[in-house]
Amino acid sequence: MIGPELDALDRRIINRLQEGFPLCEHPYRAAAEGLGIDEATLIARLERLLEAGVLSRFGPLYNAEAMGGGLTLCAMQVPEARFDEVVEQVNRHPEVAHNYARDHALNLWFVVATERPDQVAEVIGRIEAETGLAVLDLPKLREFHLSLRFEA
Amino acid sequence: MNGPVPVAGLHPAAVAELDAVDRALIRATQAGLALVPRPYHALAERLGIGADEVMARLRRMQAAGVIRRIGAVPNHYRLGYRANGMSVWDVPDAQVAEAGSLLAESGLVSHCYERPRHRPLWPYNLFAMVHGRTHREVEDKIARLRALLGGRVRAWDVLYSTRILKKTGLRLR
Repeated sequence: MIGPELDALDRRIINRLQEGFPLCEHPYRAAAEGLGIDEATLIARLERLLEAGVLSRFGPLYNAEAMGGGLTLCAMQVPEARFDEVVEQVNRHPEVAHNYARDHALNLWFVVATERPDQVAEVIGRIEAETGLAVLDLPKLREFHLSLRFEA
Repeated sequence: MNGPVPVAGLHPAAVAELDAVDRALIRATQAGLALVPRPYHALAERLGIGADEVMARLRRMQAAGVIRRIGAVPNHYRLGYRANGMSVWDVPDAQVAEAGSLLAESGLVSHCYERPRHRPLWPYNLFAMVHGRTHREVEDKIARLRALLGGRVRAWDVLYSTRILKKTGLRLR
């Protein structure tokens, strides 16, 4: 179900601005023209959408690997009784970007992103030492490309 | 268009050369672009370079794939996509490319990757994220993906996220 706070213009802004944003002197004005609104309205709407958490960010979306960084997906099998404690130990690492509980024997899934590729193994090693649990390293071997868009 | 793309690390040529100014620009924009009429000029002032250079560098990083795109990054939960299933598939290695392309082109998944197996605990080598507004919507999409992959599937599963425990963007330190 969609939050009642989104009106038709919000949806058009979200859908359109997932397609790209201009690199020019007045990019908000240029994007606003394409939407048939004025610059001040677009900026105010974006402010509100960010504040409400409907947009998590507005700006360049970076690709860690193309920057030469390290990135992997990790999975752990955490005993239920230790779950919260282990989550805290894992999340304490700034390299842990996303962390999800999932309904599987492997119940903890997180992404490790580092500035250099060799740091991934270090972070995994530290997490294994701190928790005493094994971390499965599931790096991307191949990416099948598609566009990631969420219709608002 | 939807074929496999080389992954940095396996193919070092795919890693872009970034200098100190590029990195400063990344640091200044990783939390987002300023909501002011001339955001690139604001960045230029902050970094002590010209606005043309800011735009040229962003354009170059976008062409090199360092920037996937510039624009809105929605929180899909807040858009109502509350059901999120990670579908995982065990397909023969020789058929991964074909199966991955079928999933990617289905229009039903948001990401699709080949990852290593860790037998016996983890026999799956193909991952595809499926989002829906309801659990039912995700199940329907996965049933369609199973039909699409047909006999290539030896085993499959779907892991639903039950809680988000941390979600921060990429951070350069």
